Amino acid sequence: MNKTQQILFDEPGPRAQRRIRIATVVGAILLAGALVAAVYQFASHGELAASRWEPFTTWPIWRYLLNGLWATLRAAAATAVLSAALGLLLALGRLSTHRPLRWLAGAYVEIFRTVPTLLLIYVTLFALPQYGLNFPLFWKLVVPLVVSNSAAFAEIFRSGILALDRGQTEAGLAVGLRRSQVMALVVLPQALLQLAPSLVSQLVGLLKDTSLGFVVSYTELLYSGQVLSSYTHLLIQTFLVVALIYLVVNASLSKFARVLQARNGRFGGRRGRRTAELPPPILEGNTPR
Amino acid sequence: MEALTAHLSQLGHGLVTTVELTVVTTVGAMLLGIVVATLRIAPVPLLRAIGTAYVEVFQNLPLLALLVLFVFALPTIGITFPLFTSAAIVIAVYEGAYLAEAIRAGINTVGVGQAEAARAIGLTFGQSLRHVILPQGLRAVIQPIGNICIALLMNTSLAAAVGVVELTQAANNVNLVEAQPIAVFTGAGLAYMLLALIIGQVTGLLERRLAIVR
Repeated sequence: MNKTQQILFDEPGPRAQRRIRIATVVGAILLAGALVAAVYQFASHGELAASRWEPFTTWPIWRYLLNGLWATLRAAAATAVLSAALGLLLALGRLSTHRPLRWLAGAYVEIFRTVPTLLLIYVTLFALPQYGLNFPLFWKLVVPLVVSNSAAFAEIFRSGILALDRGQTEAGLAVGLRRSQVMALVVLPQALLQLAPSLVSQLVGLLKDTSLGFVVSYTELLYSGQVLSSYTHLLIQTFLVVALIYLVVNASLSKFARVLQARNGRFGGRRGRRTAELPPPILEGNTPR
Repeated sequence: MEALTAHLSQLGHGLVTTVELTVVTTVGAMLLGIVVATLRIAPVPLLRAIGTAYVEVFQNLPLLALLVLFVFALPTIGITFPLFTSAAIVIAVYEGAYLAEAIRAGINTVGVGQAEAARAIGLTFGQSLRHVILPQGLRAVIQPIGNICIALLMNTSLAAAVGVVELTQAANNVNLVEAQPIAVFTGAGLAYMLLALIIGQVTGLLERRLAIVR
């Protein structure tokens, strides 16, 4: 709740409180109705029977799904590292003083930001092998993900670098650093700190993208669910559990991004150190809030 | 090139399906987004909680997992829709969460004075939202909404993974017959870029027409 949202309604008086109570009751009834309908649909098709859920209390099933999760995390980690590195290079390329470099990096980003990842996966699956480029299964998933995610990372890095006060670059140049030194010593450390929350959010997107392993038949979490359900015929149960696992992992990552956001990109111990030692600088046009 | 021209109608059907899916889901997701954003700032705690839960769930689940759940698993409890409808519902629900967050960000940019003034002249929550806050808030986030629409366009390709023959799947089918991957996939990629360009142009136009310069 921030200021605008609170200001939209007064401290509720007796009538408003009554209306809020009515809305709460109506909302609760609708919610309960949806829940009852769902339970009814499950029950009437026999999907609520204990025997249909019992397998999910056994270790072998969970071991299989957790193996899938592990494969998902491995693919996500490989994609994250490679596409962040490539994305940084592309961002630097787009901001470079060499025109051909700028043009090339710009073209790459603009192209792969608007081509669906699934199309890239089909290219690695069906087109590249014809030209002798037949990756192992893991890389058939990771390479297209890197290609598309690096474009997203490039845009994040570029916006962060551009958002940094120009005075920082000018000061760096003024004390005699080369452009590359200014970037490495002055601009990037500050920009990366500012970008930490966006980068973690992008990790959530990337982790969701690894579910495309379903198309590649790489046994990450979603495809593991598919394989499992074709053995057990517990279709809806398996996919609900799989969805729950995704939800837990990604919600934790999203929460982490919000914590970083609230702490200005710092995590662990150093929270607000700078603001504690120095009064906030009051610059022209920068009114204190 | 011949591979493309020989299967023009097949690719054309795919393109039309992609465009249809994009338009239908954009409209649906926009409506859902406004509703969920409203829920998230409503005076009723329960409604706020529902809005927050909606966004949390659908931003953190992979679209493909939702599609698979909806298309393959829901029929086992007797819920079946035509394939295109299923894909459209799932994509709209998924992108609705992102649009809700964008719209909420827009609402936050509206000056506190505007809301205060609306309340001072006696507008209720719904009225001040409809006549004062949303018209201004939506204009502030035209660009982000456009970006979400482009992401939505790309996400419609995931419908291919559950069997909808849209542009990506059509390209793949043509390639399986013709074995001309470079021509076919480049063509499909160019079509997507063109569609994204159109969305970008429309967004830019709307932005120039509607955005409030403060």
